[in-house]
Amino acid sequence: MSNDLIKSLEAPPNPNIPELRPGDVVRVHVRIVEGNRERVQVFPGTIIRLRKGGNNANFTVRRIASHGIGVERTFLLRSPRLEKVEVVRHSHVRRAQLYFLRNRRGKRATLKEKR
Amino acid sequence: MIKGIIGKKVGMTQVFDEDGVAIPVTVIQAGPCWVTQIKTEERDGYTAVQLGFEEVAADVADEKVRQRKVARRLKKPHRGHLGLLEPDEKRPERKKLSNPVPPLRYLREFRVEDISELEEGQKITVEVFEAGDRVDVVGISKGRGFAGTIKRHGFRRQPKTHGQSDRERAPGSIGSTSTPGRVRKGTRMAGRMGGQRVTSLNLEVVVVDPERNLMAVKGSVPGAQGGLVTIRQSVKQRS
Repeated sequence: MSNDLIKSLEAPPNPNIPELRPGDVVRVHVRIVEGNRERVQVFPGTIIRLRKGGNNANFTVRRIASHGIGVERTFLLRSPRLEKVEVVRHSHVRRAQLYFLRNRRGKRATLKEKR
Repeated sequence: MIKGIIGKKVGMTQVFDEDGVAIPVTVIQAGPCWVTQIKTEERDGYTAVQLGFEEVAADVADEKVRQRKVARRLKKPHRGHLGLLEPDEKRPERKKLSNPVPPLRYLREFRVEDISELEEGQKITVEVFEAGDRVDVVGISKGRGFAGTIKRHGFRRQPKTHGQSDRERAPGSIGSTSTPGRVRKGTRMAGRMGGQRVTSLNLEVVVVDPERNLMAVKGSVPGAQGGLVTIRQSVKQRS
């Protein structure tokens, strides 16, 4: 009973976010506020971690920015700041946390596509 | 109108504000409460209002069964105080409240300066608060049993190695030698911890949901889930 009471205050799932899995190559559209203007920024990369948990679920996206610097960003799945998430492709992965990608660079850091 | 209500702690979660920032909140099922007594300067020497919370056996449909359950769960003086007993010739002192209230399990008092707008039997809901208000939440903290000095007073532990044995969580010295030859009063030692009345001051009200009698305050609140809490306007906001 109390669980339902808590759920009634929590954010509903975002309809613009499909089901995500670790290893997915995604484009995350994030709303950001610049001064008093709001715009949407795209953060492309690979999901290296996905934590479930309803309202508190989050996922971490890793991308290689300029000069080969790895950038990771964690998003709350139900955050209203997420405009939408596009899944570019699914990868074949055998574990839930893909931290091993941090130690790889170049072609070795790419995952095989799932068929 | 009074700014106070009784409720039950439901649990914690997080909600997003309009900027998309996640705020940690405690959800409280608050009210509805009824005014069960008004304390006046003339009769009681101070002004306050007594609220009652949680109707007993509210979900029992059969009236006879309900009456029996109420009689079992609330003792006679309690029912008399709520005006639930019928006056007769032998007991003319039995009084009814000016407006009837349901059988309420918990009674708590709130200090109020201005009691002119209040009347017995008046219903108080979460709507006395709105998002952005500052409140104090009073509850009974979780009992920790007999706790050592590290948990209870935040003492540091002693070295695990260098020849130590059995001293890791010991309190260390508790006093001097023959002067004064005794342990000073008030020395912090192990003992019962928790289970005490604790007040969380100046919490922000984030959500008020009159439909479900719910409210959410920012941050944590004393006590276990399902524990009784009283919520009042913050003492820090009164001027």
